Parts: sequence; structure tokens; C-alpha cells
Amino acid sequence: MANEALAGPPAAPPNGALQTLQNFWRFIVQQRTLSVALIALVMVVYFQFSKSVFLSLGNLQTLAAYTAATAIIAAGEVMLLICGEIDLSVGSVFAMAPFVMYYANQNGIPLLGGIILALLVSAAVGFINGFVSVYLKVPSLIATLGTQFLVSGATLIATNATPVITPDTFPKVTSFAQFFGNNPYSEIIWAVAIVLVMQVLLSLTPWGLRTVATGGNPLGASEVGIGTNRIKMVHFMVASALGGFAGILEAYRITSTDPLAGGTTIMFNAVAGAVIGGTALNGGSGTVVGALLGTIVLGILQDGITLIGINADYYYVVLGAAILAAMILNVRLQILRKAGR
Amino acid sequence: MTTLTTTDALRVTGIAKHFGPVTALRDINLHVGYGEVLGLVGDNGAGKSTLIKILTGFQPPDAGTIAINGVDVKLRSVEHARELGIETVYQDLALVNELSVYHNMFLKREVRIGPFLNNAVMRKQAREYLDQMGVRIPSVDVEVAKLSGGQRQAIAIARAVSSNAKILLLDEPLAAMGAKEGAQILDLIRRLKAQGVSVIMIGHNYAQVVEVCDRINLLQRGEITFDKPVGPNSMEEITDIIMQEYRASKFGPTPASA
Repeated sequence: MANEALAGPPAAPPNGALQTLQNFWRFIVQQRTLSVALIALVMVVYFQFSKSVFLSLGNLQTLAAYTAATAIIAAGEVMLLICGEIDLSVGSVFAMAPFVMYYANQNGIPLLGGIILALLVSAAVGFINGFVSVYLKVPSLIATLGTQFLVSGATLIATNATPVITPDTFPKVTSFAQFFGNNPYSEIIWAVAIVLVMQVLLSLTPWGLRTVATGGNPLGASEVGIGTNRIKMVHFMVASALGGFAGILEAYRITSTDPLAGGTTIMFNAVAGAVIGGTALNGGSGTVVGALLGTIVLGILQDGITLIGINADYYYVVLGAAILAAMILNVRLQILRKAGR
Repeated sequence: MTTLTTTDALRVTGIAKHFGPVTALRDINLHVGYGEVLGLVGDNGAGKSTLIKILTGFQPPDAGTIAINGVDVKLRSVEHARELGIETVYQDLALVNELSVYHNMFLKREVRIGPFLNNAVMRKQAREYLDQMGVRIPSVDVEVAKLSGGQRQAIAIARAVSSNAKILLLDEPLAAMGAKEGAQILDLIRRLKAQGVSVIMIGHNYAQVVEVCDRINLLQRGEITFDKPVGPNSMEEITDIIMQEYRASKFGPTPASA
């Protein structure tokens, strides 16, 4: 019976080596967050030995900058993936949001008000995503593919496809701009803070429990009385707002606001980070910290490959292999879970 | 004709439900006494699921009244029915595989400290509750996915009763379960009965229903066509009615409408 399987490992394994191998496999599959952290560490050591500039302050700042925006997007994406949905449009909201802030500012609204307005507009895109997916029953994969093109196109039209200088960054960078991403540490601090808040929400609050329930057993969750529609709607809006916020931070960091920024690249990197960090795409499992680690692994990989001087296109080969390997592990984990039944 | 306590825990009068042109429930009258186990049997499409949905506040009936402890109530929502002491254990058990036993037991009515989950208290209470009900599982920290069908069913029932349910609806509690596990669940139902919980047990397997129930109602085409206390001949009586129905539907002039 299941009790025996849970009682622990058998007292005398018949084949020591095989047993060790099996235990190792189980560990990799089950202790996902730790495994990804170990992979990150191994990569850091390898790149440091190959190129000693890897752990230099300058390179770490580059790495942090690359990782931060993606990690913020991944934090929202993970919550959606856990409740069984996905948002492909975050990358376009990423490009749109700083322009909302910019135009608001041009029309006399203070910058902070502009940021709030941009976040509201971003959340509104999330609301549309959620409404079409949850209430009109269009799978979110398709619904958000639609809004991705829609928002992207609208941004290009509204801006004449022309970049602008991010407010408060020229001729002098203000402390406001410093706070919202221009300072080399600002963006990564925002990212870590957001990841921590989301992880606490996920694992320590009733809201997080209900989010897992919504993705793990949608019918069951609603039978228990959980408002699964409302939970999904909120996560769509939060994911979109975080996409917009990441866009604003990036606009301040690079001091120019580009309608072609972000897009599907940053979105797919965020989803890849989440997947590598152990999020199953069919809902019910995943961690925000895991997604952050997954994003960091991708960042280290891309940065390290560039530093060593290998053709950067190899990054995509490794990225593809990593996604496949991660997804195979995720599926194994689910099979392992059900095996005890 | 049936032996009852003074008042009924639940009494349903004249419940009807239509979905467009389809009549799911025609004129349902049923009652359950305190500590009584009522078996509700009927074929697929007889209206069992619709009746459960109405009794749990998931859907409102088109007509009819529901009285709890002799007081007429309008069930506004699942939460409202729950407040009034009606709990349901569905066939899918509404358990979340990815969550631990104790998180499952407290889903939607979590114990908190401020905005946070009070895991220590929930873990302790879940343990105590399961012990008290004689439900045996290795640990309340285990993910529900790792438990057997019988353990899962027991946890779903324990969860329902631990929220102070006075009237418990069990939808096919013994479906897809081995004989030994089934017997454990029947024991659990008897213990609940002894505690004064009223149980409506929905089932396909008439033998199991007869084994644990005090009284049996047969639901056919949206109507209750049989209501008798369980006796030595219950199995034969019900089988006869169902065979008649089968012959009528196969050879008779009136096609089934539900």
C-alpha cells in the first residue's frame, strides 16, 4: 500500500550503486529549486575560471540588469502558469507601459502619476486577457497571442515607431529616475522584492493556496467554493501590470523608451525561466523563487557565452536544450507524484 | 410509514428544475432525519447530479422549498448552504493533488495569523480530527496525490464533516474502491451517523447502499418513485422497479423524457 512507499527507503538496498543513482534522480526531480541553484553555482564557477572578469562588478551589473526585468515578468507569469493559464502579451505591455507614462507626462501629469496610470493601463490589458480567457472561454494561449499583436501594433502606431528619451533622464538623471531603474542596483532590488512578495503570497497566504487549488483541480476548487474565475482575473491583471512595470524600469535604465523593446523575446525568456525553475505548464505547481533562479541561469548562460567569446547563437541551442530537459523533468515529477497513489 | 425523529434535518418539497426544454427534476419530495442515512439511487440521467447541485446551493430550483430543521431556507450559494450545515463530497472529491492533506482539509476556510496561513494550528487540528474519525494516514503533510483512493475519500469526508456539517451529501463515495477500503468508508459513515450527522448517500451499487442506509429513495426520470426503509427484501424490490423501467423504456410506448 501507499503507506509502505511513504515509510522511507527500504532497509537494505540490493544494489547500492543503482539505488544511489535512483536517489540522485529523485533528488533532482523533487528538489527542483535547489537543483537549479546548484546548476547556477556550477555555471558561475565554470565561467569564472574561464574568464576572470565574470565576477567583476561591471559584469555582475550587466547580469543583474539582464536578469531583473525578465525575473519581474517571470514572477507574474509563474502565478498565471500555476493557476493553469499563460500570458504571451506581457512583452508588448512591457513596450507600451513606458509610453503611457511618457505621454501622460507630456500632458502635464507628474511622473509618479504617469507610472500609476501606465500600471493601470497594463492591468487593463490583463483584464481583457482574463475576460477573454476566463469568461469567453478562449484558451489564454490564443487570447494573449491576439492581445500581444494588438498592443504591439497599437504602440507602434501611437509612437510612429520612434523611440523617445525617457523623462527625467536628460540632461540630468534625477533621483526619481534613479529610484525607478536607472541606478545600477535599483532594478535588481525591485526584482528581488517583487519575487519575495509574490513567493510569500504564494506559499504563506490563503490566496496562494487557492491559486494552487485553482490550477491543480479547477472543478474541485470551485466545488469547495473558491472563486476560481476571480483568482485568474487577478493574476492576469497582476502579470500584465508587472510586465508594464518591468518596461518602465528598463526605460529608465537605458534612458530611452523604445516601442520595439521587450516583445516576445523577453516574454519567452520569462516563460523559459519559469519552466526551468520547475513550473509545470498544466497548472498546480511552481515557485516564484524557482522562476527567478531559472531566469538567473539563463542570464549567466547568455552572459558567460558572450564573455568566453563563443558565437552567441550557441546560447539558443543551449536554451532550447535546457527548456526540453526542464520540461521532461517537470513531467517526470508529475508522474512520480501520481505513482504513490 | 417510516420511523423518524420528531423533526427532519432536511425536508425537500416539490423541487423542480428545467434546463430549456429538458426537465431534469419534476416534483422531488424527500426528507432525512437526524442521524439517518438515506440512500439515493437511480440511473445516469435520473437527475441525481441536478438534485445535489440544488441541495448544495450551486443552482437554485425553479420551484419547491427546502427546509432545514423545519425552517424554510433559500440557498443563495455554496457558502450559504455550508453555513446552514450542508456539505457535499463530490465524486472527484475536490481534493488538490499538489497540496498537503491538512491544506486540503482547510481549503477555503484556512486558519490564519493576520494575513498568513497558520500552518501549525491547521496541521494539529487536521491530525486530531482524522484520529478522532478513525481515518488512518501516514502524515498530514503528505501530498494528497500520494494517498490511496480510500484514504482520499476518507479525507474528503473528514473535511466536509470537520466544517460542522449536519447534513452530508456523498456522491458515489464507494466508486472505484476495493472491498476493504469500501468497508472502511462504510464504517466511517456509521460513525458519523452515531454522531447525529444526517447523510444522503448517492450510489450505483445497490448492495453497498443497502448495507449502510436506513432508508432508500429511488430517483427515476426526475421523480422519486420509491421510498422505503431498508429491509431484507430491499434489493429485490429496487431491482424489480428498475427492470420494469428498463422494459418500459425498451419496449413500451412512452420514451424516456430526461
